[in-house]
Amino acid sequence: MALIELKNLHKRFGRLVVLNGVTLDIEEGQSVVIIGASGTGKSVLIKHIVGLLRPDEGEIYYDGKRIDLMPKRELMQVRKEFGFLFQMGALFDSATVEENVGFPLTEHTNKSPEAIKVIVKRVLSLVGLPDVASKMPAELSGGQKKRVALARAIALGPRVILYDEPTTGLDPIRSDVINELIIKLKRELKVTSIIVTHDMASAFKVGDRIVMLHEGKIIFDGAPSVVKTTDNDIVKRFVQGEASAEELSTLRGTT
Amino acid sequence: MDVVERVGQETFQAISAFGEFCAFVASTFKWLFTGWFKWRNIKLLLPQMFEVGVKSVPVVGVVGAFIGMVMAVETYSQFKAIGQENRLGSVINLSVVKQIGPVLAAVMLAGRVGGALTAELGTMNVTEQLDALRVMGADPIGYLVVPRFLACVLLTPILTIYSDFLGVIGGWLISVKTFGISDSLYWEYSARGVDTWQVMEGIVKSVFFGGAIGLISCYKGFTCGAGAMGVGKACTESFVKSFIAIIVLNFFFAQLAKDWYIGLYGMRSLFG
Repeated sequence: MALIELKNLHKRFGRLVVLNGVTLDIEEGQSVVIIGASGTGKSVLIKHIVGLLRPDEGEIYYDGKRIDLMPKRELMQVRKEFGFLFQMGALFDSATVEENVGFPLTEHTNKSPEAIKVIVKRVLSLVGLPDVASKMPAELSGGQKKRVALARAIALGPRVILYDEPTTGLDPIRSDVINELIIKLKRELKVTSIIVTHDMASAFKVGDRIVMLHEGKIIFDGAPSVVKTTDNDIVKRFVQGEASAEELSTLRGTT
Repeated sequence: MDVVERVGQETFQAISAFGEFCAFVASTFKWLFTGWFKWRNIKLLLPQMFEVGVKSVPVVGVVGAFIGMVMAVETYSQFKAIGQENRLGSVINLSVVKQIGPVLAAVMLAGRVGGALTAELGTMNVTEQLDALRVMGADPIGYLVVPRFLACVLLTPILTIYSDFLGVIGGWLISVKTFGISDSLYWEYSARGVDTWQVMEGIVKSVFFGGAIGLISCYKGFTCGAGAMGVGKACTESFVKSFIAIIVLNFFFAQLAKDWYIGLYGMRSLFG
């Protein structure tokens, strides 16, 4: 049985259909990269997995338990098994790095403040930032913020980590640091990773399976080596970063 | 047909938004009465009490004092014209403790505290910090809304008492020290006009004003639209709706308190 199962998910916001029948199984230990153009519902899809959004139709299972109908308090318990790296980090800006990273531990464990400090130091070292504990998020660079957010996401030792565009807004070097970190966490913590991105270099580096969303449906699901040789025109153009003649026609019309 | 459709749509949206607000309020009370009172949560309350209470002291004080003073300035000549200037204390102090003090203190809090709460929670919303809390298994209602709501409920009455006090002093200062009304008569008529009921009426309703400010401001922050524009719009709506809530609640309280008072003690004239 797959660790995460999405069955025929539908989601719309007003008249905008975002997910239109998405079915996806994710095995434990896999690193699944979800690619797709901006606004195709990648972030919406992973928010369904942790119950931040509820589908209009369809079912979501985690470890055999149905998530989409789960009561709020029960869902809060299940979420402890997830780490979520938000696009902009979503660090609490009124708290220090140490308080941010220690937050899930303070909330869900009975560990002493000293023991929490030790864990915070360890996870910050794991993301390569052992000396920022006393800083405020505003004092960190974009890449550092994402690494601190990642440290917070792994503080409780999750089974699954969800990454929402982990390299967006970062320069190529910082992006590579994040990619290496994703690989390192998978290797050392044996976690299942779901990465939403449109950075193909990152997708090829960290993923052992690539899924492409287009107009609310999955149009490709396969290994990174297969995505490079696919005949599907939409997937091919996305992977190679080429706009269609139709997409370029508006530009030509203005010249 | 377009107009009918639009009216129907907007009515539907207004009803569903009100329903969402009621669910938000119910959720806040559920948290409040199901094991929120632990030392770990009380620690969240203290910084909010500082934000809501201590930081509002100067502005509420200044407004309270000047309201008392302006009441004296505006009413003195009218009372003097009918030779009743010694009774000024009863009118000024009754107005201050019963209506103007609580309402203006609440309006100031809606502007200063309500705006800040909406901006803070709205920014947390658009930067996904609220989602981050949810994902980490913490409910933002219990973690963020309950302490802010409690701080507003507990401190609005205290700030109202403070505002009333300065309003009374302000009125006295102008009436006695500037216009030369007899000190003893001023206080004697004040004591005749204002009794514990009226003071308590102002304080009791301020608890509800504080609750309305806290709930509306937090709700607007939680439901604000994307970006800086979304947060700005939410702050404006938060103030406007808190203000309307204060005025409407005040009307119903005035009616209710008057009916109860007459029922218990009978009609009491200021000119008796």
